[in-house]
Amino acid sequence: MSGLIGTGSTPVNQQGPDGSEAGRTPAPSRPAGRAVNRLSAVLIGLIVPAALLVAWHISTETGYFSPAELQSPRAVGTAAVELLNRGELLNHILISTQRVLIGFLAGAALGVVFGALLGLSRIADLLLTPTVGAIRAVPSLAWVPLLILWIGINEDSKVTLILIGAFFPVFTTLYLGLRHVDRNLVEAGRAFGLKGIRLLTTVQLPAVVPALFSGLRLALAQSWLFLVAAELIASSMGLGFLLIDSQNNGRVDRILLAIILLAVIGKTTDALLGLAERWAVRRWA
Amino acid sequence: MTVLASRTSTTETRSKQALGVTFSQLGRSFGAAGARQVVLRDITVDVKAGEILAILGTSGCGKSTLLRAAAGLDIPDTGAVLIDGTPVNGIDERCAVAFQEPRLLPWHTLQANVAIGLPKTSSASAGKAKVLELLDLVGLDRFAKHRPREVSGGMAQRTSLARALARNPGVLLLDEPFGALDALTRIRMQDLLLEIHQAQPTTVLLVTHDVDEALQLADRILVLGRRDDDGPGYTISELVSVPGERPRDRNSAELGALRSSLLRMLGVTGH
Repeated sequence: MSGLIGTGSTPVNQQGPDGSEAGRTPAPSRPAGRAVNRLSAVLIGLIVPAALLVAWHISTETGYFSPAELQSPRAVGTAAVELLNRGELLNHILISTQRVLIGFLAGAALGVVFGALLGLSRIADLLLTPTVGAIRAVPSLAWVPLLILWIGINEDSKVTLILIGAFFPVFTTLYLGLRHVDRNLVEAGRAFGLKGIRLLTTVQLPAVVPALFSGLRLALAQSWLFLVAAELIASSMGLGFLLIDSQNNGRVDRILLAIILLAVIGKTTDALLGLAERWAVRRWA
Repeated sequence: MTVLASRTSTTETRSKQALGVTFSQLGRSFGAAGARQVVLRDITVDVKAGEILAILGTSGCGKSTLLRAAAGLDIPDTGAVLIDGTPVNGIDERCAVAFQEPRLLPWHTLQANVAIGLPKTSSASAGKAKVLELLDLVGLDRFAKHRPREVSGGMAQRTSLARALARNPGVLLLDEPFGALDALTRIRMQDLLLEIHQAQPTTVLLVTHDVDEALQLADRILVLGRRDDDGPGYTISELVSVPGERPRDRNSAELGALRSSLLRMLGVTGH
């Protein structure tokens, strides 16, 4: 039987690796080696931010930029401590994160529902895809005036805008992914009596999990984008409000602080989703 | 593999019963209206319950289409397929298919893949026991928790066969199931199929392009071919009984003569 075990060349994994690192055949025999690699990957990734911080520090300390143009890292740190002590900074961060999470989750859920519906049902596809395509063609910020008139300047209008931003990446990736699920696998599922919801959950959805996660990560990035847009336009709290408020008061240090916070929080939420993606790809790919 | 024979005799996976299959005046064309290409026409044959019928033909002759019609995966334009006297209408629960490729779900273990074949009515515990028994039957009990990509092509194909058997099929439909395997693995799989058939008498329709495989496994061989004199497309050009009890001697003179005439029917001469 040794010959049997050796001939693994037949393409048994119809769901080819999608090219991402996690798509490779897992090698559970070297967990220690992996951990070291991941740690060094993080350290290597920190080199450029650290260098930028040093360059920033030097350029402001030497007077190359005036404080009106670019405040020093130290000044930004001071501004952060001051806002923290006044209890404002944490509020800005929390309200912004909350808006993103609610909008993202709602938009992603709708994206999954519509992506599944249009990706699987030929009738729904014919009926709805042109309309959805037209709605997608509207630059999302064009909805702002309508949202403000209809919903008003409140949490709902902001969350709705983020929802619109999160919807399309999830919808598009799932819709396209479902249309490209290996037909042979679907037919095999049908041959064994699977249909409807059971076919969807047993064969089709698992097959598109990697694509779905790419869509979710795009949607999360879009959510932060639309958060700032919504908060810049009309808000009294949040990191976008901090930006526009600081612009009006000429506080470059706080503008820089808000930008750094958006970078750090955005990257953190993306990394968390990336962890979930690694797990899901290993589980389903 | 000889150990398997004794194991199969004690197995509980016997099908309720083997079911007869009747193809009646079956015809099928493909292509857009106006440019329809007739592939199959006038297919009429009775397959007895428990029989192994090999369907032999060159590629593109509609062998798979015939099988898919029996499974309910394809709808013929004319005629019908009857299983045990009742027509096939949609995916038929009395059939189980093993395809040319294993078509296993890559995110499931072999065990979970076999479980997909279980009939809807089976209880969870009975189902699990049956799956393990079938994995044992095809010699994969030690690989139950492996993923398809972690096993060889032959092992994946055996899993696919176990998945079909999990259905307790009255009719087992095999679409060139050993075609993609290396020669040694193919012979082992053919032996395994015969063992299974002996332990669990089901009707088997086996599509193949391998004359020797047909001679080794089948009770009768149906050859699909063209008869240009009376119409387009492929139809039954020959239906021959294979002499001798299985397992058959691969080198017997009788089979040799039959092999030559079958190859001639398929357009291969000089063998």
